[in-house]
Amino acid sequence: MPDLGLDVIFKGKNAVRLLGGLGVALRISLISVIISIPLGILVGVLMTFKNPILKAVLRVYLEFIRIMPQLVLLFIVFFGSTRVLGVDISGDLAAVIVFSLWGTAEMGDLVRGAIISIPKHQYESGEALGLSKRQIFIYIIIPQTIKRLVPLSINLITRMIKTTSLVLIIGVVEVIKVAQQIIEANRTSSPNAAFGVYLAVFLMYFIACTPISMLARYLEKRR
Amino acid sequence: MPALLEIKNVVKNYDGKTPVLEGVSLELNKGEVIVLIGPSGCGKSTLLRCINGLEAIQAGEICLEGKAIDYNKKDLTGLRQKIGMVFQSYELFPHLTILDNIILAPTKVAGVDRENAKREAMELLEKVGLAHKAKAYPRELSGGQKQRVAIVRALAMHPEILLFDEVTAALDPEMVREVLDVMLDLAKQGSTMIIVTHEMQFAEAVADRVYFLDKGNIVETGRPKSFFTAPKTERARQFLNIFEFESVKDEKEEYNI
Repeated sequence: MPDLGLDVIFKGKNAVRLLGGLGVALRISLISVIISIPLGILVGVLMTFKNPILKAVLRVYLEFIRIMPQLVLLFIVFFGSTRVLGVDISGDLAAVIVFSLWGTAEMGDLVRGAIISIPKHQYESGEALGLSKRQIFIYIIIPQTIKRLVPLSINLITRMIKTTSLVLIIGVVEVIKVAQQIIEANRTSSPNAAFGVYLAVFLMYFIACTPISMLARYLEKRR
Repeated sequence: MPALLEIKNVVKNYDGKTPVLEGVSLELNKGEVIVLIGPSGCGKSTLLRCINGLEAIQAGEICLEGKAIDYNKKDLTGLRQKIGMVFQSYELFPHLTILDNIILAPTKVAGVDRENAKREAMELLEKVGLAHKAKAYPRELSGGQKQRVAIVRALAMHPEILLFDEVTAALDPEMVREVLDVMLDLAKQGSTMIIVTHEMQFAEAVADRVYFLDKGNIVETGRPKSFFTAPKTERARQFLNIFEFESVKDEKEEYNI
């Protein structure tokens, strides 16, 4: 059997360091998710309003964020802000800013989609029964919107966790950066460590994201 | 005594052009069933939507119990409690059970307490043969069953007038009957209804009066029997002919199979 380099993971504090790196990645995503979801709901609701200026501004924001690779956004915020604005923000903070901007845009689009997918007739049959506008929203529109939204937003969360792997490029020591450090440190003693260590990283992401995506699938089936 | 509902010279158009209703007048007395028929685009569904305040009218007025309805009021809740409406696409609320669909408006709008609303909903469901579906969700029902629930949902508010907007048009042929039977029962019990339909035999059976609309005008009015057997206007005759088929085969021809 070829040497898979698995032994490196159990050397010294390597396993704990990897877990710590995963913790950094999860923390950045969690904070961004907590910021993105309420802001995204707000943006999504605002996008269904008829005000043309509001609509245009939000449209530009959304398209801008979605077209731009997250990596470029990270560079703009992290390197750009230092020179142009003269502020020195940490990699963690830059990451949270970028992922919140991105998450808000994506979440906003999901919310907008969920709201406009409720057919006009649902409003009308509520009206015809004598329900007020407010009651129609509370009892008919919002429950249906949430049902559609829950699996979609959970998918967004897993996407955000995966995409945090980019932040190593701006110097945040998250799980992949830790993996690289471990591999580098053991280059002579275990030249095959790359396989074993990245396999461990793969499994860690898998264990972190699987329950979330299973939950999404379960909720999707239930509706 | 004034009629229960009076529609006087109602004009409706979209964006100031495309006239949909060009001065329509009709009267509806308590316990009466009137049927509106006519080619699609003639304005019959729009007229129902105007009565219920789902569409604004540009001229004329609609009076309920002798009083003109103010459609500009922000809150038409009171009006809609008196005038119920059932749509072509039934539009039950998919996230609520059948029972919850029915009791939503009575509990939230009319202020009936939950237990009483439930009891009444079950009685009504019993009448349309769907009591066993009370706990089901709309997606588990057939089109005909959904439409019967939609009728019950409107009835639960005890409206004085019920509007039916082509309620069987989206149904498979074998489900049309079960829905029409419910409406015939309502008519027998003395409900006041305005029905838009393309089911001519049903119209003849259920109506006290028939209104034939074309291009936003009432072209002909009459008792169903005389209207369907001997329409007075050429336009109505043409329309009714669409529903007749002449045999394409020569009757004397024999097949040698």
